[in-house]
Amino acid sequence: MFEALAFYVFASVLVASALMVITARNPVHSVLFLILSFFNAAGLFVLLGAEFIAMILVIVYVGAVAVLFLFVVMMLDISFADLRKGAMQYVPVGLIAGGILLLELISIFAAWQFSPEASKNAAAPTPEGVENTVALGRLIYTDYVFAFQAAGMVLLVAMIGAIVLTHRQRPDVRRQKVSAQNARRPEDVLEIQKISSNSGV
Amino acid sequence: MELVTDFFSGLGFPQWLAMASASALQIIAFLLVVALSVAFVVYGERKILGAMQRRQGPAMVGPFGLLQSFADLLKLMGKETIIPTQANRPVFVLAPILMLVMAFTAWAVIPVNAQWVIADINVGILYLFAISSMGVYGVIMAGWASNSRYAFLGGLRSASQMVSYEVSMGLIIVCVLLVAGSLNLSDIVMADRPVWVQIMLLPMLGVFLVSILAETNRCPFDLPEGESELSGGFMVEYSGVLFTLFFLSEYANMVLMSAMTTVLFLGGWLPPFGVEALAFVPGVIWFALKVCLILFFFIWVRGTLPRYRYDQLMRLGWKVFLPFTLLWVMVVAGSLLVFDALP
Amino acid sequence: MAPSEFLVNYFPILLFVGIAIGFGLLLVVSSLLLSWRRPDVNKLSAYECGFDAFDDARSKFDVRFYLVAILFIIFDLEIAFLFPWAVSLGDIGLFGFWSMVMFLGVLTVGFIYEWKKGALDWE
Repeated sequence: MFEALAFYVFASVLVASALMVITARNPVHSVLFLILSFFNAAGLFVLLGAEFIAMILVIVYVGAVAVLFLFVVMMLDISFADLRKGAMQYVPVGLIAGGILLLELISIFAAWQFSPEASKNAAAPTPEGVENTVALGRLIYTDYVFAFQAAGMVLLVAMIGAIVLTHRQRPDVRRQKVSAQNARRPEDVLEIQKISSNSGV
Repeated sequence: MELVTDFFSGLGFPQWLAMASASALQIIAFLLVVALSVAFVVYGERKILGAMQRRQGPAMVGPFGLLQSFADLLKLMGKETIIPTQANRPVFVLAPILMLVMAFTAWAVIPVNAQWVIADINVGILYLFAISSMGVYGVIMAGWASNSRYAFLGGLRSASQMVSYEVSMGLIIVCVLLVAGSLNLSDIVMADRPVWVQIMLLPMLGVFLVSILAETNRCPFDLPEGESELSGGFMVEYSGVLFTLFFLSEYANMVLMSAMTTVLFLGGWLPPFGVEALAFVPGVIWFALKVCLILFFFIWVRGTLPRYRYDQLMRLGWKVFLPFTLLWVMVVAGSLLVFDALP
Repeated sequence: MAPSEFLVNYFPILLFVGIAIGFGLLLVVSSLLLSWRRPDVNKLSAYECGFDAFDDARSKFDVRFYLVAILFIIFDLEIAFLFPWAVSLGDIGLFGFWSMVMFLGVLTVGFIYEWKKGALDWE
């Protein structure tokens, strides 16, 4: 009974906060509601017994992705009142695009066939006496090694892409060269001169 | 725990309510202990810093000034809470509360003695990591909501700093996991560690200690506050009780990080160096002593070191700690594999 | 473990969050009742060392903070992959080890790239 109750609480808060994400007037509030909905999604995962995924959801999405979102929203510095002014003229275009997307989704679901093994796989529980995380670990790095390496490649592309897009070398800034500083020895830069007294330099 | 549950079911409570009330009582007791320890950490810090600078520290309120923190708390509670007109009110008020909740809820999985843990979940260390990564929000939200330049800059700096050091913290945790073979914090404490493994973890302990300094925005990494340049950083607009919440959660985080170090590296509630003769002392005492040791380290560092520069801080995090810990994860994993010492 | 049995371990966390929120609210509300409030215009303005703020404080800031956040996401994901690996390395043995070495090797290439590009410098 408690599981059912918890499920409905998490699910309804999730849906409500997801709605708030798209309706909140202030974009920062939107991001905060997004975080709330991530939390509730994590709660749902815990209810399913997927502890690892639940925690990773919080660590990666709440701890990292949403921080980035907040940075972006804070950095954009747009006046949202101005943005809203012209919004009405896009409504027809938006409606058409949305309608096409909806039709496509419906046609996909109408023609969708589940693999006969799908329900069996979905119901396959974690082996007895094995933690969720260990069970995942036994599969990811051996059975699914190609998918795993592909994930590594995706991360590499993301890393390089981020640098290419955002990194600007500023030419007018003097950079600190730590190795050069550390390599500097007194002998290279100091000269000790003997100056005889009473004669000046 | 059973005793309390029995007591409540004796009152005619149904089973689930009895369990819930028992664990609620436990949690409240736990929270009070954490809050009390925060009060004494603040007092201890002022006293130790005082001794290091050849002055007395708090000495007036109560015997040896022991009640100073409580006096401060009362004073702060009685102060006017100022919410700037330019500020975003809901976020402004939410930020310190969120910070406090995060600092407290992390304690749910910390085992203070064998079987003495409120929520004995399988993925305890991930939970801790998740909660500590949430600490950024209180800071960013406070910085943004205050709508003041100092606060905004402080919030940005602090967020980047916490995020940078979180990477190396995560990698260090992976090192410990390799040795322990479990994500459960009690199992991590109980995992047996041969001496050579402990020696291999020693550099990680060092990096971890520095990382938790950065993670809790403590000196020498207290740039987000940087009272001499940012005049208080993200907290500049806070006063009264909202400031108190920040203050409380900052110190609660400090104690939490010390507890985390104790669990990961110092063997939790076990007597030091595995000396059997010391096992008669209750585990909680050992746990508390080890936490105090780390806390003393925090204070000692504050009394000794000057503040880092921001670029130095980022360089240390990304160019020194990150590659080093990454390499060390592989070294530890490789040697555990070679010597067949994996759990 | 049956799901409901393991959920019992999570219940105290929920309770803990609730109690912590209650504790925070209690402090705030009790202080609001205890303290007096006498706001005035100067008290409520942002702290700017005496000057009035000319405009909104939330200005554009260096894109570098943004880059740090992106790099953090990538390394966070990498760590997310390391967690299950660390606890199951005993079961998956050498193959799992080398599989992770390859994964980290690919990411190290990226790391060296960003280092050489100066993305980690803070001037």
